[in-house]
Amino acid sequence: MKKNKQKIYLDYASTTPAGESVVSAMIPLLQKDFGNPSSLHALGQDALYAIDEARRKVAEFLGAKESEIIFTSSATEADNIALSGVLQKEKKAHVITSVIEHKAVLEPLNSSSAEVTYLPVNKEGVVKVEDVLKEIRENTVLVSIMYANSEIGTIQPIKEIGAAVKRINENRKKKIVFHTDAVQAVNYLPCKVNDLNVDLLTISGHKIYGPKGVGALFIRQGIEISPIFYGAKQERGVRPGTENTAAIVGLSQAVEDLQKNMTEKTEKLRDRIIDTILSEIPQTRLNGSRERRLPNNINISFKGVEGESLLIALDQKGIAVSTGSACASRSLLPSYVLLAIGLSHEEAHGSLRVTLGRMTTEKEVDYFLEQLPLIVERLRKISGK
Amino acid sequence: MKNYYTKKTIQRFLEPKYFGEMKDATGVGEVGNPRCGDRMKVYIKIKNGKIVDASFQTLGCAAAIATSDVICEMIIGKTTKEALSITEKEMIEKLEKLPLVKVHCSSLAIEGLKKAIENYEKKED
Repeated sequence: MKKNKQKIYLDYASTTPAGESVVSAMIPLLQKDFGNPSSLHALGQDALYAIDEARRKVAEFLGAKESEIIFTSSATEADNIALSGVLQKEKKAHVITSVIEHKAVLEPLNSSSAEVTYLPVNKEGVVKVEDVLKEIRENTVLVSIMYANSEIGTIQPIKEIGAAVKRINENRKKKIVFHTDAVQAVNYLPCKVNDLNVDLLTISGHKIYGPKGVGALFIRQGIEISPIFYGAKQERGVRPGTENTAAIVGLSQAVEDLQKNMTEKTEKLRDRIIDTILSEIPQTRLNGSRERRLPNNINISFKGVEGESLLIALDQKGIAVSTGSACASRSLLPSYVLLAIGLSHEEAHGSLRVTLGRMTTEKEVDYFLEQLPLIVERLRKISGK
Repeated sequence: MKNYYTKKTIQRFLEPKYFGEMKDATGVGEVGNPRCGDRMKVYIKIKNGKIVDASFQTLGCAAAIATSDVICEMIIGKTTKEALSITEKEMIEKLEKLPLVKVHCSSLAIEGLKKAIENYEKKED
């Protein structure tokens, strides 16, 4: 290994490192406070108290009641519980979602017996509120639209969809449940469930400087969710299994640590990267809306360059990024999100995703912007394009 | 530190020796990988029945670029018949190994070579 190799992590949408306060909060629960929250002795009750506190913090962040929060093993599990939990008891149900949802939403819907409408997005990667409303039928029971997309960072009009669905529900006997996967949004966007008018909302630990292996689901009081697997009565029986106390406490600490003042600094760095690349490297295009975009997301396609080779070359310079190229996926298929916003296979092939985080510095961005044009130029020489 | 690719693959990818258009090539083969979208062009120069020079242009992943470079190196000095007998396995050995999902990249290089030789033979007829 080379000496003094720089390590610049620009892949925060994939995962984040746990904050120090998060790790400190978790350790006691793995060691001295290891009790089972279901035990009646003091050790167990201490653990139960820790989970109650964690639930209180997450509920406070979402502007929800404590009884409306359940902890899960991941955001994927929370999405599955949300969707399958609503659909399980329904017959001939209809669901509305979008083509750019995370697989944790698309796959449970694909495997359900419900009829599913997959809404398209425009070239900017945004779902139209009117499109959601147009598709609502008598048997529509569920709408699931993500808050922000992990690949192209586009922010969906969740508040507007929520308000519209609420209006429609006023005249319906059978109410439509509105779910949003807010995993990518939590770091930067307001998440008060009553402002958003959502009934179900998913969050993840490891995208917000918390631990992996934990997520949470907000379930509005009165919404009936069937468990997707069975056991004892932990998490109100919706998610049975002994609670992962350390991870749950870690998640709640991460929520408490969310830095409200990060947005502006991150946006500035994002805009600098986008502007520099688009102006200094020819034949590049920004993927996804410029305006309705997460403060930390940059997704750009380079003509005549393949994304995996770009990723590997940057990795050799100590810079970690991501790509939507088919060459980087196990399925050898290009990103369905990039195709959904109208990119050709070739454009998706040349895509690069850079996502900034809490630790990203001006200096790291300097180094990235210095290395990138050199690598693109070299790879274009090799491709002859 | 664990790496996805072997050192040899990375080395080939970062510093390929045989890339670039060949203006006086006697055979050119162009192939595309329908699965992942990679594109590759192989140039060969044949004199007295032997491949005396080879080069490539590849729009593709690190494995596609590395295997393009490997095939060019392997065919120089060989007759077309010898060159056509090169297997994926022999190419991958030059890189020590490739991730399983990348093995198809080496077949792209072999296809490109085949096309280049066909192109040469057509011109000779």
